[in-house]
Amino acid sequence: MKSLAELEKLRDITKKKIELRDGDCDYRIVVGMATCGIAAGARPVLNALIAEATEAEYSCTIAQTGCIGMCTLEPLVEVFDKNGNKTTYVLINPEKAVEIMREHIGKGNIVEKYTVGSVKR
Amino acid sequence: MERLHALVCAGTGCTSSQSALIIERLNEELVKFNLQDEVKIVKTGCFGLCQKGPIMAIYPDKIFYCHVSVDDVPEIVSEHFYKGRPVKRLELSDIDEITKEKIFEISKIRFYAKQKRVALRNCGVINPEDINEYIAKDGYQALGKVLTQMTSQAVIDEIKRSGLRGRGGGGFPTGIKWQFAADQTSDEKYVICNADEGDPGAFMDRSILEGDPHAVLEAMAIAGYAIGAKHGYVYIRAEYPIAVERLKIAIKQAEKLGLFGKDILGTGFEFNVEIRLGAGAFVCGEETALIMSIEGKRGMPNPKPPFPAIKGVWGKPTIINNVETFANITQIIINGADWFRSMGTNKSPGTKVFALGGKIVNTGLVEIPMGTTLREVIYEIGGGCPNNKNFKAVQTGGPSGGCLTEKDLNTPIDFDNLTALGSMMGSGGMIVVDEDNCMVDVARFYMEFICDESCGKCTPCRIGTKRMLELLTDLCEGRGSLATLDELESLGNSIKETALCGLGQTAPNPVLSTMRLFKDEYLAHAVDHKCPAGVCKNLLTYSIDPLKCKKCSLCAKNCPVDAISGEVGKTVFTIDAAKCIKCGACLTNCRFNAVIRG
Ligand SMILES: Cc1cc2nc3c(=O)[nH]c(=O)nc-3n(C[C@H](O)[C@H](O)[C@H](O)COP(=O)(O)O)c2cc1C
Repeated sequence: MKSLAELEKLRDITKKKIELRDGDCDYRIVVGMATCGIAAGARPVLNALIAEATEAEYSCTIAQTGCIGMCTLEPLVEVFDKNGNKTTYVLINPEKAVEIMREHIGKGNIVEKYTVGSVKR
Repeated sequence: MERLHALVCAGTGCTSSQSALIIERLNEELVKFNLQDEVKIVKTGCFGLCQKGPIMAIYPDKIFYCHVSVDDVPEIVSEHFYKGRPVKRLELSDIDEITKEKIFEISKIRFYAKQKRVALRNCGVINPEDINEYIAKDGYQALGKVLTQMTSQAVIDEIKRSGLRGRGGGGFPTGIKWQFAADQTSDEKYVICNADEGDPGAFMDRSILEGDPHAVLEAMAIAGYAIGAKHGYVYIRAEYPIAVERLKIAIKQAEKLGLFGKDILGTGFEFNVEIRLGAGAFVCGEETALIMSIEGKRGMPNPKPPFPAIKGVWGKPTIINNVETFANITQIIINGADWFRSMGTNKSPGTKVFALGGKIVNTGLVEIPMGTTLREVIYEIGGGCPNNKNFKAVQTGGPSGGCLTEKDLNTPIDFDNLTALGSMMGSGGMIVVDEDNCMVDVARFYMEFICDESCGKCTPCRIGTKRMLELLTDLCEGRGSLATLDELESLGNSIKETALCGLGQTAPNPVLSTMRLFKDEYLAHAVDHKCPAGVCKNLLTYSIDPLKCKKCSLCAKNCPVDAISGEVGKTVFTIDAAKCIKCGACLTNCRFNAVIRG
């Protein structure tokens, strides 16, 4: 490295790699991964979310959780923003997962048609 | 993308309880579940809670697992990493005082709640063997800042304004020391990091170097810029192999990125660091002896002045600072002197790391703002004495320090307060003593250490401390008298006045301090030839109360030397004093409190 600017560039790259330890990410995504979720296909959904996040370098953490309590609507994905606002997406498959990543995480637009509110109605 | 990081402590404590095997097993299990790209296992430095090791921290969940064993690994991977269900039984928790419910939130756990991590900020948070993780935490930004935006004098002024005082024991203002060296004109100057850490029971510096070696190296380069030095030495004992290894890796990685060497960050500044291994002699922590040792001579102290800042290693101006002192520097440069002064007390700003040990529930490493009370450290963070035993004293300052007792517990900890109470801050060892410890025996332990470690150059230390040890041994073995106490005191005072270096000048402190605070205990040994705490074996006698003895024979069965005789159900049991080795097995095994220790 030959300048402070180069060091700062390296810092910005490396910071992304440990961002999830600081809890500074813009979004926290949680996938229901209890037996009901896994049976309904939560694992491919998780994989799709991770693949998309990796490719687009979104600022988010992706985690699993146990049963969210709406087993008939699995696979379930919850998205929390920085202020703790929760959006619950239901009956998600890998394609829908990618769409959610692009719209919600990428552009900040909630994908209404997959939310629990719309589906139940 | 990695969605989960599992940080496993690879400090000396957790490594000795198999954390390396845990890491290996974790990686194997991840492959089984095809999670190796999603979950990253990170080896880190010390989390501080050594008592509960091996420790593992999971992010983004912010969960700590404690006492993890290799056998727990499959469950952690299949339940938590695969299904997202944390393994509750391993989670670090505390009981909420008011609601009596379990709390798992790290920031609310009492061990961590009162801590403020500055010197330890990256320990247990980053991988010390990966410079990229340090850089991600703004590593080398402070060096970049001083090289591009500050003059050498501005750096020194900032450190002076921060009020930072040396964490190696003396508490000398760091900025003033740097100024002395900067004011010298010389073709060569040197920066030395003192990582000798010889106090028994102290492991602050080791943990910093194991957990965040770059923080110390970066600060050394900043010091080099401030005083005009191109060379640095880290003087570290060979008994710290993990710290040495991580330092080596760190230096190599920093050199590779051009953060050490010539023309650092294109500014023309040059700085190199070399490691010098010590053989683990307490006296080599003393700065003039340390310089001798670096020069390849026998480590013995020299009279001061000249001070190292004027005439140090190779006869050139040299600054010597402690590991923890250096670990504060980058943060002062980045956040400013005012930020630093906002922590701690007026005359002792900032934080201090302590190694909590002895009779305390949470043995480990804690960093607190100066001004925190001893009570908060020992009871709230440390959890008090185990097994409901009564607190008796806390020893600070190691073999140079003294004891503090119940009455001192509400004193805010800082350099001046501890000195005023007759002890000292020292480097940060804090050893808790409970009712089962004999203070004469504790004092003897430190004197024995001093006798081993005295370099022999000056007579007061070489012969005086040996005589003091003999007198203490007399007390512990029943040969003492009032005259022994007088002699201990006068000998102690004259060694303090006449010894050549800090080692001898402070060596009598643990004895004089305990004599002052625990006069009754010393008198019991000297006059009555008794040890009230029941530690000094030669002063103990065991007997059996015939009225309480139920003739059950448990004592006799447990006696390792067959010193107890009697017939089951027929006669009361008796102890043959000539055979008894005073191990106390009969006392612990008797169910009827019939064994008397006198
Ligand atoms: C016997 C003796 C042992 C010492 N051991 C250490 C040590 O292990 N580590 C240390 O930093 N300072 C030790 N010191 C203090 C050093 O001489 C020196 O004051 C210190 O390294 C200066 O750094 P600081 O101003 O950053 O504290 C010792 C002093 C004496 C008298």
